[in-house]
Amino acid sequence: MNQRIAKVLVNGGLIGVSAIVLMPMLWMLSVSFMQPGEASTYPPPLLPAHATWTNYHELFERAGMGRYLANSLAVATAITLLSLAFNLSAGYAFAKLRFAGRDRLFQTLLGALLIPAQVAMIPLFLLMKWLHLVNSYGGVVVPGLAGVFGIYLVRQYAQSIPDELLEAARIDGAGEWRIFTRIVLPLLKPIVVTLAIFTFLASWNDFMWPLIVLSDQAWQTAPVALAGLSREHVQDNELMMAGSVVTILPVLALFLVLQRHYMQGLLLGSVKG
Amino acid sequence: MSTERTAWTFVTPALIVIGGFFAVPVLAAFVLSLTDFDLYALADLRNLRFVGFGNYLDVLRAPLFWKSLLNTLYFVGVGVPLSIGASLGAALLLNSPLARAKGFFRTALFAPVVTTVVAVAVIWKYLFHTRYGLINWTLGQFGIAPIDWLGDPHYAMPAIIIFAVWKNFGYNMIILLAGLQGIPQDLYEAARIDGASTWHQFRHITLPSLRPVLVLVGVITMAGYFQLFAEPYVMTLGNPLQSTYSVLYYMYEEGFMWWSLGRASAIAFLLFALMLVATRVLLRVARRSGEPT
Repeated sequence: MNQRIAKVLVNGGLIGVSAIVLMPMLWMLSVSFMQPGEASTYPPPLLPAHATWTNYHELFERAGMGRYLANSLAVATAITLLSLAFNLSAGYAFAKLRFAGRDRLFQTLLGALLIPAQVAMIPLFLLMKWLHLVNSYGGVVVPGLAGVFGIYLVRQYAQSIPDELLEAARIDGAGEWRIFTRIVLPLLKPIVVTLAIFTFLASWNDFMWPLIVLSDQAWQTAPVALAGLSREHVQDNELMMAGSVVTILPVLALFLVLQRHYMQGLLLGSVKG
Repeated sequence: MSTERTAWTFVTPALIVIGGFFAVPVLAAFVLSLTDFDLYALADLRNLRFVGFGNYLDVLRAPLFWKSLLNTLYFVGVGVPLSIGASLGAALLLNSPLARAKGFFRTALFAPVVTTVVAVAVIWKYLFHTRYGLINWTLGQFGIAPIDWLGDPHYAMPAIIIFAVWKNFGYNMIILLAGLQGIPQDLYEAARIDGASTWHQFRHITLPSLRPVLVLVGVITMAGYFQLFAEPYVMTLGNPLQSTYSVLYYMYEEGFMWWSLGRASAIAFLLFALMLVATRVLLRVARRSGEPT
């Protein structure tokens, strides 16, 4: 009876909403292959009349997008690998090793999550200037080496490791470092993947801090450079869409491949209350 | 090696980073906000003077601060409910037993969340174009006259809100979907036997069960929306007539365009205070409305 109408409504709704949500990205892709100036006509064309790589050529040959993407890749990879090392060891210690003041220290760290990052940015800039890290990869990477959220995520996950397992290894005479690398890390593998993709995407997409600390074009990451380009090339619709495509594509692809891990981290991270 | 010693070797690297590059800067920001740190102090620290709460008073007297504050509150006040509404709607559709190809739709609806905000803001800037934009063209099909989205002070903030909802709703959708899946099915069955309509089931089972999740999602989203910056930076430069100028934009310009770092720090702390108060209010309202009447 009503079941059939409801089915049409639900699935029709999903198709409609998805179409609206995906449309901007499909349009971006389509316009990036149009001839310069083609998108600025009325009615707005949906598909290129003659698909061309012109905009991509222009983007890499003249606008130097290759360099910016390489900067982004270097910065995001460095932050991901290094912060994994810092956050994994700290998260494990907070979950499984006893030390004086542990729980109070962890509570203090959680409290720091309330403070928006921007409060620290101005002194951080002065600090980076003093360390001669302004306009270098280090200026972006160093403040991202460890994070409360990452430590929290690892701690949540590491708590499920049975204490008996670690005790048994200790009785067998294994050193703490050996226990960490041989027993704990393999058990933490799922959260390592989750944290890695979270960190990589966040660093790749980050904007405000890189904008502040990388004023020299040579060091700029893709989003910072893209924001600058969009101010210079207001009329070059097609070129800018090509720029958006190459900025978004790496993270979107990574997400699609590791989707399951990403969603898991999202849920694990939000159930703190 | 004792466990205690090991534990400290494991946590110390992370603590040094968080302490040195976050905790100390936050404290330093407060000290800085009490000084007139500017371009002259940047050149020579002897030019630095202590001004007490002078920066705070200056900022509170600046019309531009109040403008940016009202804009930010507009963005938060309208954007947060709209975003959560969109998330809830999408989550309900995905949770329906009648829905097909759930995995595909979930991914499609979530995709904007992982995209780079600057890059998608560039797309939307062209979508909102008055003459050639797809949005005005679509509205034109329904006989609606072209809107100067990013050039009219009345429409610029709504345009940014529409963009923000599109970009962010997928995140909360996933959390709310998990919440919906946690509601025991027998509650609905019992209601159906009692003859409760779909609306009644939503109103008296779904919403109350989701309350804790909704509050959590509200707090997270609100904190994020108070930090409005990249969207106006790319789409409108804070214009037209500063109608999209946010508190963070104000901080950024005071700090890194005019190099009034003392003043900028004061703005950062005012924003922080505002976020704390708003979160407190939200939690209180949530608690009060949760009490049985």
